[in-house]
Amino acid sequence: MTEILPHVNDEVLPAEYELNQPEPEHCPGPESDMAGKSDACGGCANKEICESLPKGPDPDIPLITDNLSGIEHKILVLSGKGGVGKSTFAAMLSWALSADEDLQVGAMDLDICGPSLPHMLGCIKETVHESNSGWTPVYVTDNLATMSIQYMLPEDDSAIIWRGSKKNLLIKKFLKDVDWDKLDYLVIDTPPGTSDEHISINKYMRESGIDGALVVTTPQEVALLDVRKEIDFCKKAGINILGLVENMSGFVCPNCKGESQIFKATTGGGEALCKELGIKFLGSVPLDPRIGKSCDMGESFLDNYPDSPASSAVLNVVEALRDAVGDV
Amino acid sequence: MEEQEIGVPAASLAGIKHIILILSGKGGVGKSSVTTQTALTLCSMGFKVGVLDIDLTGPSLPRMFGLENESIYQGPEGWQPVKVETNSTGSLSVISLGFLLGDRGNSVIWRGPKKTSMIKQFISDVAWGELDYLLIDTPPGTSDEHISIAEELRYSKPDGGIVVTTPQSVATADVKKEINFCKKVDLKILGIIENMSGFVCPHCAECTNIFSSGGGKRLSEQFSVPYLGNVPIDPKFVEMIENQVSSKKTLVEMYRESSLCPIFEEIMKKLRKQDTTTPVVDKHEQPQIESPK
Ligand SMILES: Nc1ncnc2c1ncn2[C@@H]1O[C@H](COP(=O)(O)OP(=O)(O)OP(=O)(O)O)[C@@H](O)[C@H]1O
Ligand SMILES: Nc1ncnc2c1ncn2[C@@H]1O[C@H](COP(=O)(O)OP(=O)(O)OP(=O)(O)O)[C@@H](O)[C@H]1O
Ligand code: SF4
Ligand code: SF4
Ligand SMILES: [Mg+2]
Ligand SMILES: [Mg+2]
Repeated sequence: MTEILPHVNDEVLPAEYELNQPEPEHCPGPESDMAGKSDACGGCANKEICESLPKGPDPDIPLITDNLSGIEHKILVLSGKGGVGKSTFAAMLSWALSADEDLQVGAMDLDICGPSLPHMLGCIKETVHESNSGWTPVYVTDNLATMSIQYMLPEDDSAIIWRGSKKNLLIKKFLKDVDWDKLDYLVIDTPPGTSDEHISINKYMRESGIDGALVVTTPQEVALLDVRKEIDFCKKAGINILGLVENMSGFVCPNCKGESQIFKATTGGGEALCKELGIKFLGSVPLDPRIGKSCDMGESFLDNYPDSPASSAVLNVVEALRDAVGDV
Repeated sequence: MEEQEIGVPAASLAGIKHIILILSGKGGVGKSSVTTQTALTLCSMGFKVGVLDIDLTGPSLPRMFGLENESIYQGPEGWQPVKVETNSTGSLSVISLGFLLGDRGNSVIWRGPKKTSMIKQFISDVAWGELDYLLIDTPPGTSDEHISIAEELRYSKPDGGIVVTTPQSVATADVKKEINFCKKVDLKILGIIENMSGFVCPHCAECTNIFSSGGGKRLSEQFSVPYLGNVPIDPKFVEMIENQVSSKKTLVEMYRESSLCPIFEEIMKKLRKQDTTTPVVDKHEQPQIESPK
């Protein structure tokens, strides 16, 4: 019996189009001027696809770069695993940075099918307005602007049944047409996985430059496994990893002070993974049910419980991040 | 790979009695854990169970079932799913993209079309044989994987979907979107499970109320869909998954001793009551459950 192996170990990032067969020998390149027209294209099953592909560099990229030119630092919040706290961290990072009145902060939500940022920042009912300088983001406070598909839905719980190609178009609009103005920080929340959103944001923002990624994990191996994949993606995509934070590590009961490991780090947790892969470990944030409650109410946990161990852990991570991007 | 004919169910699924999807709009709520426990419970009840993992960029099932070093082989009838040792009660086999990766840390960087063609292949090429249940674990969201699996199963009459949520409103907000997706693609909702609902503390037996609960029940009332039950946070569950490889017992046996097992047995009873397609006298109706040692 033969083992089945798909070709998943791609070293290069996939393009937005899908070919009928791999490029043959002497292929001029499907995006080149000669695509579909050279000798090699004669008997090639991709001929029609290649002929119809847009030629030359994407004309939107310079527009994106121009639109984002007033933004100092751009940070992606990533994890291969779902529900580890990407959005919670993106929200807390935005709250923490914007607590400094001298900083202008933006928070962009790339999770198109499951947006959480508007909920966590307490502005779920807001809508986006269009002006002649583009789409105006929703302002949570004077110095905290956000953008999410949630602001454009007819109903709060409308399903967004979109394939990746359609999501890419919206992501492009968020980068090209949103009037972000001048920002010190743009925090970008992402969905789990390594698919269209991740490939596209990297491609579209390549020229304007991403400072790097904050990788979020939880302690158990089922999460670390997916996080490894995300780190592998960052390496292949050339995204700098600013550091990794372990969320929901340990839980201290407020009644009895007994500590329990809810998600046990049987394989050493985030810290061991960082050592192994040579990534900076930024710290761990304990499980605190009040974080979940603050998120649900759209309030800042850091403001509500400034003295909690979780708050100081989060603020340490924020400091380390500012350090890593060369601020402060 | 053959093109599926219009109106004809996939031939590879012909021997399968029930197809159930496990869905959620939110990440990390426990879709894969619920899939795993549903499979273990049904298997304990004596059923033949297959599990298909269509989370292509973050497959969890190989780890959940302790099968991380396994591979899929081509047999005479198609791809051979990986078997889980069950000590002869029922049977359990798994298909996941995780089995096809050279290194467990490799990322699968795929855009939509490639995901779609992989799912097509999972549906057309796997030799499941005769199964009582096929459970399908999905990634979060309502995108390529979901649209594709709904299209592929269109003529195979899936029983429906189990929707998983956690108590927080941040989770139920996304889960509402998933429920609306099910309505749009005409997938029946078999019920809602609220996972990580409350906490079974290892120090003293009293479950503390500091973790919220109740969001799933409210959701089921709002959308008039059945409520299947709530599953508490149990730190021992993660431990069981992680320690299974070094244990002499099979995972099915280990799970029977878990505090979550009776909860899932209850959920399966509710689920099977709804099922009107199987005749009342089913050879599995009186399953022989061994008492835990
Ligand atoms: N340290 C913590 N303690 C308690 N609850 C937390 C903590 N961190 C996050 N949560 C809660 O866990 C849930 C999942 O977090 P969040 O939505 O941020 O994850 P995510 O990685 O963005 O998920 P998705 O993959 O769906 O985008 C939320 O309800 C959040 O409030
Ligand atoms: N009831 C529970 N008690 C304790 N731990 C749990 C429980 N349910 C799930 N977990 C743990 O929580 C983590 C997330 O669960 P799981 O991987 O099943 O979620 P998922 O919805 O499949 O996530 P993803 O969106 O990434 O596919 C896992 O480590 C799992 O072992
Ligand atoms: S049609 Fe031409 S450009 Fe396109 S893949 Fe074939 S050889 Fe390459
Ligand atoms: S008070 Fe609550 S958390 Fe603390 S030991 Fe008892 S049950 Fe556990
Ligand atoms: Mg999120
Ligand atoms: Mg999963």
